[in-house]
Formats: sequence, C-alpha cells, structure tokens
Amino acid sequence: MSDHAQDASEHAQDDALRLPPVTALGMLSLALVLIGGIYLSAHLPEHVPLAPAVALLVASAVVLIGNVLALARVKGFAWGRLFEVGRWALLAYAIIAGMIEYVFLRNHTSGGPLAVLTLSLIVFAVNVPLLIGFTVARYAQD
Amino acid sequence: MAQVAVSPTGAAAADAPPAGLERPSFQIVPRAGLPIVGVVLALTIAGIASDKLWPLVFLHVVGGAAWTIIDLFLGFVLGPIMGQLSIPARIEFTTRLMPKMVLIMPTVVTVTLAAGWQLSTHLGTNLTGNPLHGWVVASFVVVGVMAVIALGLLEPANIAVLTELKKPQPNPAVVERLMKRFIYTAGATGLMQIATLVIMTKLSSG
Repeated sequence: MSDHAQDASEHAQDDALRLPPVTALGMLSLALVLIGGIYLSAHLPEHVPLAPAVALLVASAVVLIGNVLALARVKGFAWGRLFEVGRWALLAYAIIAGMIEYVFLRNHTSGGPLAVLTLSLIVFAVNVPLLIGFTVARYAQD
Repeated sequence: MAQVAVSPTGAAAADAPPAGLERPSFQIVPRAGLPIVGVVLALTIAGIASDKLWPLVFLHVVGGAAWTIIDLFLGFVLGPIMGQLSIPARIEFTTRLMPKMVLIMPTVVTVTLAAGWQLSTHLGTNLTGNPLHGWVVASFVVVGVMAVIALGLLEPANIAVLTELKKPQPNPAVVERLMKRFIYTAGATGLMQIATLVIMTKLSSG
C-alpha cells in the first residue's frame, strides 16, 4: 500500500470520528513538562527560581486537560479500549515516576522544587498512558 | 501457532477474501518477564539507597549501554531488515520481538536515569560549579528529546501494533503504518544515541 493511500485511509478514519490531534498535543504536553524538569534538574541541589518551571508545568497541564476534553467530545470513540490499555500503562508509568521521585527524595529535595517535580511526574505519568491508550483505541472497534 | 486472517496487500484488498497467515501466539506484555523486571528495579533501589560508587556505575553503565545499543541496533540494523521482510515474516518477527521490547526498554531507561542521577549527585557533576556540569545538562536535553519521541510515538506504536495483531482479523494497513512509525522513530532515537555516546565518553574521561 502506498504512503499516499495509507494517509488517505487514516485521514478518512480520523474524519469519520473527527479525532483531535491527541498525539501531537500529548507530545507537546510531554515536551513542556520535560523542559521544566530539565530546568529544575540542571540547578538542583542548589537554589533554583521556580517561576519558569511552574509556568511550564501549568502550560503542560493545560495542554493535557485540553487534550482530554477534546477527545471526550468525540462520539463513538473506543473509550473502553483506551481505559483497558491505559490503566496498565498508568500502573507501569506510575512505577517509573515513583522511581524517579525516590531518587530526588533520596537526595533530600524538598519544598517548592519537590512539589513542582512531583506534579511534573504526575503529568508525565498521565500523559504517556493517554498516548498509548489513544493510539490503540483509535484503531479499535467497540 | 495461531491461525489468523491477514490480507497481505493492505486495506485496498480489505474487501477481498483474506489470506490465512500463521501468527505465533503471544502476550503483549510477557508475564514471565515481570519478575525479572521487579528484581532489576529492586536492585536499582538498593544501589541508589547504598549511594556507593560501584553499584551506581554498574547500574548506569549496564542500563545505558543496553539502551544505546538496542536503539542503535534496532534503528540502523533490524529496522531496515524488517522493512524488507515479507508481510508474514514481518508479522512473525514482530510478534516475537516487540513484546520483549515492551518490558526491556522502559526498564533499562528507568534504571539508567535513576542510577545516573544518583551517580551524578555522588560525583558532584550535577553541581552548577562543576566543570562537567554543561555536559550533564546536555545529556538531560538529549534524553528529553528522546523521551518525547519514544513516549509519544514509539511506545504507543509498539503497543498498538501488538494489539492489532491480537485481533482475529488484523488490518494490514494499520499494522504496516504502525510498524513504519516504529522503525522511523527507532532510527531517530538511534541518531540521538550517537549524541549520548559523545556526551558520556566525555563525562567519563573528564
């Protein structure tokens, strides 16, 4: 099958369900929260101004929530499939986020930086299962 | 071997009677591997808790080497080979390789990053005054870019292609598209791993 025919087939499928750009928005949200995490990690354990990291975290969370809301408006989407896959992915990525959180706790990160890092890890741990669940569910038929 | 119907010529032939192709039975997440993952993560927690140099170097180097080599090998060796295989061969290869990747990649990435941060703290290379701090931050950036590509595109494609192949009648167009996405993103992360090799060899040689 040619790329053109594949693209046409997928676009026809997306148009039929009017799917929002969940993958693109999910990757944007991930990128924002990772930039915030890199900014904090580059300064720790020394004092770090939190404003840029907080701004990036809020922007990432807004994109994530917007992504979920946009997807929630799609009628006929295979939500059962998304949740079925997403819950196991959530478990896996909660463990991964927990491991990273543990390393920061082990090194006595506390206060504002810990709060921002923890919330960033939560956004990360929700974003990835959403992306995995969406990619599976978009090809599912409930 | 499970018998499934997969049309070899894509969605264009969706209306044609599907040809029966052999597909190995497989688990999307191989349960037999979960205890191994648990042991590896437990060893990582123990290594971080000990804060001793050798366990941290061992975990970071072994995890990082596995991560880099797998990405490079998949992106530049296996990926092109998979692209040239016949559809039945590709399906059989995919159902044997990709479930293992579902367990291996998140585990080696987590071990590498967690042990790496602790090692960096132990050595002081994450302090802004350290002469190697810039290289450490560069490694964060490379990992960040790889994470967005891997978590946004590669990992979902991996799970989705296996889920599609679990269906009684997988859609070959969907499988082909997802496999293409997997191979291209593996190549992209493979390229990023070259930057990782440059940074890590610089960090280890001072």
